[in-house]
Amino acid sequence: MPDTAQSSHAVWHVLTARRGQGKLHWTDIFTYLYLGFGLFLMFAPVVWLVLSSFKTPAGLQEFPPTLLPLGQVSVAVEGHAEPLLLFDVTMEDGSVRQLAQIRRVGITAQMIDPANPEERLQVPIATREPVREFRMALENYRDPLERFNFMRYLWNTVVVTFAATLVTLLINSMAAYGLSIYEFRGRNAIMLFVIGTLMIPITVILVPVYLVVTNLGMINSLWAVILPGAATPTGVFLLRQYMLTIPRDLIEAARMDKASEWQIYWRVVMPLAMPAVAVLAIFSIMWRWNEFLWPLIVLNRSEVYTLQVGLNSFQGELDVQWHYILAMTVVTLIPVVIVFGFLQRFITTGIASSGMK
Amino acid sequence: MTEIHLKNVHKAYGELEVIHGINLQVQTGEFCVFVGPSGCGKSTLLRIIAGLEGITSGTVEIDGSVVNDVSAAERGLAMVFQSYALYPHMSVYKNMAFGLENSKMPRAQIDERVRNAAELLQITDYLDRKPKALSGGQRQRVAIGRAIVRDPKAFLFDEPLSNLDAELRVVMRKELSALHAKIGGTMIYVTHDQVEAMTLADKIVVLQKGIVEQVGAPLELYNRPCNAFVAGFIGSPRMNMFEGHAVRDAAGLAISIEGLRLDLSDLPSIKDGDKLTIGIRPEHIAVHADGLGELTTTVKVTEQLGGETYLYCDAPGLPQITVHQPGQLPIVKGQALSLSFSRAQMHVFDATGKTVANGLTV
Repeated sequence: MPDTAQSSHAVWHVLTARRGQGKLHWTDIFTYLYLGFGLFLMFAPVVWLVLSSFKTPAGLQEFPPTLLPLGQVSVAVEGHAEPLLLFDVTMEDGSVRQLAQIRRVGITAQMIDPANPEERLQVPIATREPVREFRMALENYRDPLERFNFMRYLWNTVVVTFAATLVTLLINSMAAYGLSIYEFRGRNAIMLFVIGTLMIPITVILVPVYLVVTNLGMINSLWAVILPGAATPTGVFLLRQYMLTIPRDLIEAARMDKASEWQIYWRVVMPLAMPAVAVLAIFSIMWRWNEFLWPLIVLNRSEVYTLQVGLNSFQGELDVQWHYILAMTVVTLIPVVIVFGFLQRFITTGIASSGMK
Repeated sequence: MTEIHLKNVHKAYGELEVIHGINLQVQTGEFCVFVGPSGCGKSTLLRIIAGLEGITSGTVEIDGSVVNDVSAAERGLAMVFQSYALYPHMSVYKNMAFGLENSKMPRAQIDERVRNAAELLQITDYLDRKPKALSGGQRQRVAIGRAIVRDPKAFLFDEPLSNLDAELRVVMRKELSALHAKIGGTMIYVTHDQVEAMTLADKIVVLQKGIVEQVGAPLELYNRPCNAFVAGFIGSPRMNMFEGHAVRDAAGLAISIEGLRLDLSDLPSIKDGDKLTIGIRPEHIAVHADGLGELTTTVKVTEQLGGETYLYCDAPGLPQITVHQPGQLPIVKGQALSLSFSRAQMHVFDATGKTVANGLTV
């Protein structure tokens, strides 16, 4: 398979790249250390999140924490209906035996040797250590997805993300078209005005927008999440700047070709603005997927919850169900990671060209 | 069959007027070339005709009806842009069909027209390619094809050959000329290259600073320029120009420039003391190997092209003189050269640059 060989060669080349040829320069070492540190900084929390999402509630409470999700081993012992928990017990003579616990009474535990079920031992609990193995608490995932309607939240989020992204792309590109292709008095003033709205934080307009949405009767419908954020100044700005780079000759050629304004927009400008549209689409997907505050306010019934709001419902005033939160956070992350993986090239160009994240 | 008529057209961008009242008539089937230095307003004038720019005052008429307020799409003209302006995301076929699709033509008819035009321009093999997979010359053909398929009232070309290399430009020039002969049609062509203008045009319009300097057939402009600007602009290399004053001496009114005496007695409009410019084209200067010419100069640069020779000569008190001679001359740099000037092909311009005479008789 020459392809694989070539690509693995390319990967190896990237991983071992150095400044000059041959010898490792001190800047190479420094660079690798720096990059390694950055990699750790970026990925350690994510890895920690994923590992922790498989821990039982008890495992999460444990201090010092364990890296891997562990569960105590239990064994079936003759004469006992339930499997018994297994412990390493340090005996009085210093030897260590693996015993199963029948019951615990105060500071002593009644234990049994699984190999020799006849013999019962009284052991102080301080001398025993649970025997544990790598075990993933899959119920962290199963329970919310089955019992708490998380699939429904996932579906709602998908609907919101896609509908909102489509509406955003349409509205923003039309505004950008108007502000880039037409030349009219006050064009820059309008653009500045649009950009100026970036300086108004969402918290300031929360109440007025809520009133508008209420009066339109959209509370507890997904439209309440989709519509208010559809026109984004960043999107208009990004697309407009890109459309300004489309040669005017093309627009004029289309005019000479009897194209209507809609045709110029749809058949000439939009296809040419695709790189910018793709960037905005990715941003929009990420924004909408992660949106929390606004859905929390306008979505009060659990059938219309989005993922982020659903996650929040695990967090009661007195009781925080960390195992569910962590597991569902992972579920929430996956689509964004996939989007990022596939469209990473567009995202980097988007950030490079717009300075947005 | 289209006639285009501009009447007193003015165009201003805010305070800045760039077209100062142009009157022009382009006849049916005519190949009309707008030529002038950059910034002379020739492209603007073309865009005004196309309908891509509005005008401040005056009228633009196409076939007798005023089209001042008719949009570019409705004027029924086709334009070939300097940058070709091919839609990069469409195939060659789509590029050519786009205009026809917009006018809701049936598919079969579109197909026929596109294929005919492709045949005519020899681009049938590239119909499925994207513009970026084409060479400059091929793109140029596609751009022309896009104009042809629409069967427009007139073709407008905005410096269509300026992005091509010199060799290809010559080829495309000939093809354009042949195309005009084949499909007829009114064509307006903008260029800053006077060679293109001379070779292609039925009628040349020389523009400078937003006004028409002269309109006429190529050789008419060459032989009888109406002012010093046209005389200098048309013809390559440029016409030699010498400045001097008319002086009345014993033999009558004459102009003497550094030992070169020109009799002006048959030009009654010139008075003693008038400031004049004398122009003579490089090919109208004769070289005298025997040293018996009117003016002795020193050769500074020689350009031997094989078929012809250009000599750049310095004479004290005069600007550098360009001499064009056919064939190959055994002349080297630094050599003294005796020149004489053909009176019959000498042009005289007055202080404002207006032509006083095209050719002296004595």
